[in-house]
Amino acid sequence: MQCDVCQTKEASVFLTQIVDGKMQKVNLCEACSKEKGVNDPTGFALADLLLGLGASQEIEKSPAAIKCPVCGFTQADFKKTGRLGCSHCYTVFADGISPMLKNMHKGTGHTGKTPAAFLKIREHDEKIKTLQSNLNKAIEAEEFELAASLRDQIRQVETDLAS
Amino acid sequence: MKFSRIIASSGEWLSGDGPNRQIVVSSRVRLARNLRDQPFPGWAKKSERLEVMNLVKQAVEHLPEMAESYSENLEALSPLEKQVLVERHLISREHAAKGVGSAVVMNAPQSLSVMINEEDHLRMQAIRCGLQLDNVFKMIDRVDSELEESLEFAYSSELGYLTACPSNVGTGMRASAMLHLPGLVMSDQINKIINSVNKIGLAVRGLHGEGTEAMGNLFQVSNQTTLGEAEEEIIGRLNRVIEQVIEHEQNARALLAQRKAITLHDQIGRAYGLLCHSYSISSKEALNLLSIIKLGIDLAVFPDAHRFPVDELFIETQPAHLQKDAQVVKMSSEERDALRASIIRAKLSQVPQPDIARLRIATPATTENQ
Repeated sequence: MQCDVCQTKEASVFLTQIVDGKMQKVNLCEACSKEKGVNDPTGFALADLLLGLGASQEIEKSPAAIKCPVCGFTQADFKKTGRLGCSHCYTVFADGISPMLKNMHKGTGHTGKTPAAFLKIREHDEKIKTLQSNLNKAIEAEEFELAASLRDQIRQVETDLAS
Repeated sequence: MKFSRIIASSGEWLSGDGPNRQIVVSSRVRLARNLRDQPFPGWAKKSERLEVMNLVKQAVEHLPEMAESYSENLEALSPLEKQVLVERHLISREHAAKGVGSAVVMNAPQSLSVMINEEDHLRMQAIRCGLQLDNVFKMIDRVDSELEESLEFAYSSELGYLTACPSNVGTGMRASAMLHLPGLVMSDQINKIINSVNKIGLAVRGLHGEGTEAMGNLFQVSNQTTLGEAEEEIIGRLNRVIEQVIEHEQNARALLAQRKAITLHDQIGRAYGLLCHSYSISSKEALNLLSIIKLGIDLAVFPDAHRFPVDELFIETQPAHLQKDAQVVKMSSEERDALRASIIRAKLSQVPQPDIARLRIATPATTENQ
C-alpha cells in the first residue's frame, strides 16, 4: 500500500480516527508520519491532514507558492476575497478547493445541465476513441483495407467537429 | 427603450397572477455563468471587463426574449435609478455598486433581467408572480441555452458551471420564493419554521436577500447548495418545502381567527387606522402595516379589488421609488416619510373600512392547486 502523502513510498503507519461519528483512515510511510507529527497525538488532527492532506497548513506557510498561470491569481488572493480569479483556477487550486466544496455542497460532482456544445465534443471524443482502437486492432491483424476505411472515418469525424 | 418607460409600469411579477399568490409573492430563478477564457469580473482589469461586457451585452440584446428591452451601462445610471432597480429586484445591491464595465439588460415586462459583470460575467434571472418555480426555471433555462450558442461558458464535466465563488459552482442556480407569512409571525412560530428550513439545507432571508432584515413579514426561501444535485431536483426539494410552509401559514391564520379573533381584528383595524391617518411614516413601519392590510384582503375583510393597489404600495413606498417622481434632487428622510404617508393616505382612502363580519379563512393549499 502506498503512502497517501508522498504517493511514492510504502505505507507502514495506518491511522484511524473517528470525528463527528465519521471514520477517517489514512496510510502513511515512516518519513511522512514523522513529518506530519503523527507520533504526537495531542498536536495532531487527522481531519486536518485529510483536508487536502495538510493543504490548509501549506496555504498559511507559503501563501504565494501556487499561482494560476492563466490569470496570475494566488492562494493568498483567494484567502483575501473568497473568490477565484478565472475558470482555470479551479484546476490550479483543485487540492485546496475540493475539500471546501465537499463541506459546502450536497455532492462533489455536477449532475445538472451540460452545455449542448460540450455534449457534442464529448460524443465526438468517444467516437474517435472507439474508431482509433478499432484501427489499432486492424493494423495489428494486418487488415489494411479495413484500417484505411477506419482512418477515413476518423478524419471525417474530426472535420465534422471543426465545422 | 428608455428608463422612464420601463419604470412607468410595474413589473409583471407584481401585477400578474400565479398559483398560491396570496402567500407566495414571487418565484425567482437566477443562473450564474462565466466566459471560459476571461478572468472573473472581480479579478479582471478594466479593459478586460469592458471587452466581456460588449461581447455579452451584444449576445443578450440579440435574444428573441429581449426583442423589446431596456439595456444600459451602469455608469449611465444615477444612484437613484440603480436603487429603483434594486427595489424591484431587477438588479442586486452588489450590482448597483458597480460602474464602468458593468451593464444590465431586461425585457419590457421585467420578468427577465441579465446583470453583466456582477460577481460573475452573467447573472441572469427570471421572476414571476406566485409559486411557479418550474415555469420560471424553464424560462431562464431557455435563455441560457440560446446564449450558449454564441458564448462559450466556463464548464467542467466534473464541477459543472464554474463561478467566481465556489459556493455557486455546479448548476450556478439560485432558486427562491418570496413568502408573505404574517400568520406565522403573529403566532410566534416563524423562528421555528426558519430553523427547520435551515436544517434541511435551504436558506431563509429578508426582503432583499443575504444579510437583510425581514420587513413586512416577507421572507425569501432559497436553495443553499448548487453542486451534487440537478436543477430539477433542487427545485423539487424547494417546492415541497414551500408547500409545507404555505400549509403552516394557512393553519396559523385559521388558528388566529379561531382562538385570537380579537387580537387579529384589532391588528387589522389598527393597521388601517394608522395608514389612513399618518402624516409621517418610515419605510419599515409602512411595510409592516401594509402586510397586515394584505392579510386582511386574504381574509376577505377588505374587498379583493384592492389587492393590486395595496401590493403596489409595497414597492412604491420604498425610498428610491418615492423620490423618482418627485422633482427634488435629494430628499431628507423627514421629507420622504411625509411623502410616503401622503401616498398611502391617498390610496387607502379608496379602501373601505375593515368589515370584520366578512372574515373568512382561505381554503388549504392542496385544494387551491387543483
